[in-house]
Amino acid sequence: MEERKRIDVLLNGLIKENPVLVLVIGTCPTLATSTSVETGFGMGLAATAVLVCSNIVISALHNIIPDKVRIPCFITVIAGFVTIVQMLLQAFVPSLYSALGLYLPLIVVNCIILGRAEMFASKNGVLDSALDGIGMGLGFTLTLVIMGTIREVLGSGTWLAGDWFGLAKGFKGIPLLSNFIPGMSIMTMVPGGFFVYAIVMAAVHYFTKDKSKIRNEFGCDGCANAGNCADGECAQK
Amino acid sequence: MKFVIIIISMVLVNNYPLAQFLGICPFLGVSKDLDSSTGMGIAVTFVMVLATAVTWPIQQLLNKFGIGYLQTVVFILVIAALVQLVEMFMKKSMPALYKSLGIFLPLITTNCAVLGVCITNIDSSYNYLESLVNAFGAGIGFLFAMVVMAGVRTKLVDQSRIPESFRGVPIVLITAAILSLSFMGFNGMFS
Repeated sequence: MEERKRIDVLLNGLIKENPVLVLVIGTCPTLATSTSVETGFGMGLAATAVLVCSNIVISALHNIIPDKVRIPCFITVIAGFVTIVQMLLQAFVPSLYSALGLYLPLIVVNCIILGRAEMFASKNGVLDSALDGIGMGLGFTLTLVIMGTIREVLGSGTWLAGDWFGLAKGFKGIPLLSNFIPGMSIMTMVPGGFFVYAIVMAAVHYFTKDKSKIRNEFGCDGCANAGNCADGECAQK
Repeated sequence: MKFVIIIISMVLVNNYPLAQFLGICPFLGVSKDLDSSTGMGIAVTFVMVLATAVTWPIQQLLNKFGIGYLQTVVFILVIAALVQLVEMFMKKSMPALYKSLGIFLPLITTNCAVLGVCITNIDSSYNYLESLVNAFGAGIGFLFAMVVMAGVRTKLVDQSRIPESFRGVPIVLITAAILSLSFMGFNGMFS
């Protein structure tokens, strides 16, 4: 692949094919961990690490893996890396480990990772797959940070509060709103998550109206099971 | 009595898609009409109970050998194999059921609600029977949320004027936000 196309592969995930806002995959961790910038950022980095590693391994192995059992093989590779990340976080960043809780092992079933393995890594070379992993992972992280910012600033009035991997223990956050109005705690709760996600996605639709097609339907390009579907018999359509 | 409390709390208070952000992908993707959302809900309930029935003893085995950290790897593989097995069994011996539920099965492997319920059962140290009841309740809660969502969405499509930017996924998310807001009313039912 040429130099220019490589840059496209890297940048695709950030905006044009942003996994969360455009492909609409990986919604569960997005909604659950974007309650503050810190947890969102941590989740994004953890998923990015898994995504890059699994993309590299899967693209390197895709000639060896038989086509029929590729999904279980991919899942095994991904689950291995998730376990590694889980153990590393538990050992070195225990506060983030407990904040992410259940959603850390659930990175395994994050559609972004299996989806990229199926749609990209199993068809492309190692370097391109690594770049795709970095781009998609950063796109995921960027969305989580944006949503985390909105929810944290509106919800608790502060910004960037948290331990930040032990670098800034007990940092209270920058008081953006808390001096003027009390926090709207609904924003950090479940309905706020759905609402902020909807608003951010609508904003993306609004600003990219002419440049990319508005995503009206859930399609196959982000679905991990696209290859398994019997001819057009997709339950999501 | 304990079982009843577990079921009610899983259906109303800790509803998976609406209160815990688990299984959001099928909740948004398959809830387009009543038929498919009911099918998906039943299939998920079935797989959840089955997966719990299998993974709970496996966890005891892992604990016995001191390799509990392999939980994630083992569970997801067991679930994937289980779903595949159910699909093959259904195709062969229950073609009628396969026709209505079969197309949902491949989607369920990557449904985080199934792996979520298996891990939650272990984390909250339920015994075997409680785990099964918990999984059943979680499945029924999922079915319930799907059916409510599908009911709202069928009205949404052609009887309302939605701003252009909100068409498609965003309006579904707004609907989910309002639904989950109403489910927050059940909070504190068991305090």
